[in-house]
Amino acid sequence: MADEVYLLKGNEAIAHAAIRIGADGYFGYPITPQSEILETFSEQKPWETTGMVVLQAESELAAINMVYGGAASGKMVMTSSSSPGVSLKQEGISYMAAAELPCLVVNVQRGGPGLGTIQPSQSDYFQATKGGGHGDYHIIVLAPSSVQEMADFVDLAFRLAFKYRTPALMLADGIVGQMMEKVVLPDWRPRRTEEEIVKTCPWATTGCARGRKPNIITSLEMEPDVMERRNIHLQEKYAAIQRDEVRYEEISTDDADYLIVAFGSCARIAQKAVETLRKEGVRVGLLRPITLWPFPSEAVANCAAHTKGVLCVELNSGQMIEDVRLAVNGDEPVYHFGRMGGVVPDPDEVVAALKDKLMNEK
Amino acid sequence: MTKEDIIKPENLVYQKPALLNDHPMHYCPGCSHGVAHKLIAEVIEEMGMAEKTIAISPVGCAVFAYNYLDVDWQEAAHGRAPAVATAVKRLWPDRLVFTYQGDGDLACIGTAETIHALNRKENIAIIFINNAIYGMTGGQMAPTTLLGMKTSTCPYGRTVELHGYPLNMTQIAASLSGTAYVTRQAVHTPAAINHTKKAIRKAFDYTMQGKGSCLVEIVSACSAGWKMSPQSANTWMKEHMFPFYSLGDLKDVEHQEKEKQTQS
Repeated sequence: MADEVYLLKGNEAIAHAAIRIGADGYFGYPITPQSEILETFSEQKPWETTGMVVLQAESELAAINMVYGGAASGKMVMTSSSSPGVSLKQEGISYMAAAELPCLVVNVQRGGPGLGTIQPSQSDYFQATKGGGHGDYHIIVLAPSSVQEMADFVDLAFRLAFKYRTPALMLADGIVGQMMEKVVLPDWRPRRTEEEIVKTCPWATTGCARGRKPNIITSLEMEPDVMERRNIHLQEKYAAIQRDEVRYEEISTDDADYLIVAFGSCARIAQKAVETLRKEGVRVGLLRPITLWPFPSEAVANCAAHTKGVLCVELNSGQMIEDVRLAVNGDEPVYHFGRMGGVVPDPDEVVAALKDKLMNEK
Repeated sequence: MTKEDIIKPENLVYQKPALLNDHPMHYCPGCSHGVAHKLIAEVIEEMGMAEKTIAISPVGCAVFAYNYLDVDWQEAAHGRAPAVATAVKRLWPDRLVFTYQGDGDLACIGTAETIHALNRKENIAIIFINNAIYGMTGGQMAPTTLLGMKTSTCPYGRTVELHGYPLNMTQIAASLSGTAYVTRQAVHTPAAINHTKKAIRKAFDYTMQGKGSCLVEIVSACSAGWKMSPQSANTWMKEHMFPFYSLGDLKDVEHQEKEKQTQS
């Protein structure tokens, strides 16, 4: 039987996907442009079907700490917000990275800084990929560029989060959150039983059954030597993630004279620009990082190696470009094109920017 | 008579609860935390809930509570314990879930989480240690610091003009629809300790019976923070803390239900 196809907003797809894959809990606070996630959960009332807990928290702070509590007890829990709200969650994300707790955080980005705007942006790239909160840590960052990926990455994010015991973030934006596309939702999967949780998460605080030592979830350690060892352990884990979990997509890069690097919704705009330029005979390719952390540095360097230059297209003032420049390491020129404050460029602007910056054509 | 002659089951008049381990406590002489910890251990044991308890520790002096009581613990960010406990209880409804928090954690930085968790009728218990001072950071002003009381950040005494009034969080908790049992106790005398133990038992029982959220405030002495001997700290607590933070039950839904029945 063919998969059933739905027409959904990206935000709605996230909620449907989470219910279907057997997530245990969602804790959120309304903020535009992602409120449909909480609304869809509330409308679907999964507590009556799968038993999933859905709760509107009193703040983003409370929501991320509810996620902390759920994750620390071995449950598959998530929260979502948009840029200003995700800033509030950073304390909790740092604590979860330190306490090695798996969870999913969704950021449907809007323009900033400050209260900013409710229109789409990608200006939280630094916050997402460079730590965000205090301390030496990284979280896994996935950048969906379609409604299908909004649905698919819920499962992927949870799998990676539990595999490495670390928070995973879906860095979406107001475009992929709000736009409607055809989507095939993941298959139904039952929530894990208590026995399965105890078996697969022996570290979780589920109640100290006879025969085992109490489980303590904490990020605190007063002995500097022990704390350093904890940090070294985290860094080793991050190195393993960088080695094994890099994901990206290449489009028309084989013969490319010019390379565009773009992620998320911007990659969709850039893809259209590539089609336009190819019709004009310009050999241009697109590399779309799917994991923003770990960043596909090797792939970027390889793709850029035989080109005349790289154009980073972002909905910000130039953030991912720093990672692209590190990857290319000065071997090719790297330029930025972006719009800010909720302005979304059309493909022709990208075409013009590429001709201007890389081909010296005005 | 040798030691072995004395240590016999029939001679046993008191023993440390098994859940309270032998890890040396970091608390100062005269501090109320140790007694409060022991009471919680006794109650969990008596309820037979040792294997089904998930406890949440705060930021503050009790941050290391998890080192002393052998149950599963989560250490929450400053003030967020009631939010953490909310999720744990909703995801594990048959577990005994409680938070253990000080006045700075519960009544200052975590005011929103405290009020909302209590008002949502979460079936969690909050043990609230109120010693009117920030102990862990070295004796700064707390939201519950009394007017006129001196701390390192109000060295000339707390004044309304400069610092505002002390916050009576337990009174606020009693006014919330979601709370089932709200009480204020102390552990400065054997009688008070007995009352507090009964209060903790009732709070834990109510949360397991789904009656709603419970708050047990324990007015406590901080001899180090108050810069007093343990004994004079207890005396000072009776003379100054109790008049403002008076001991007793502020709310008990079971009494309210009984009163309703007699009226009708």
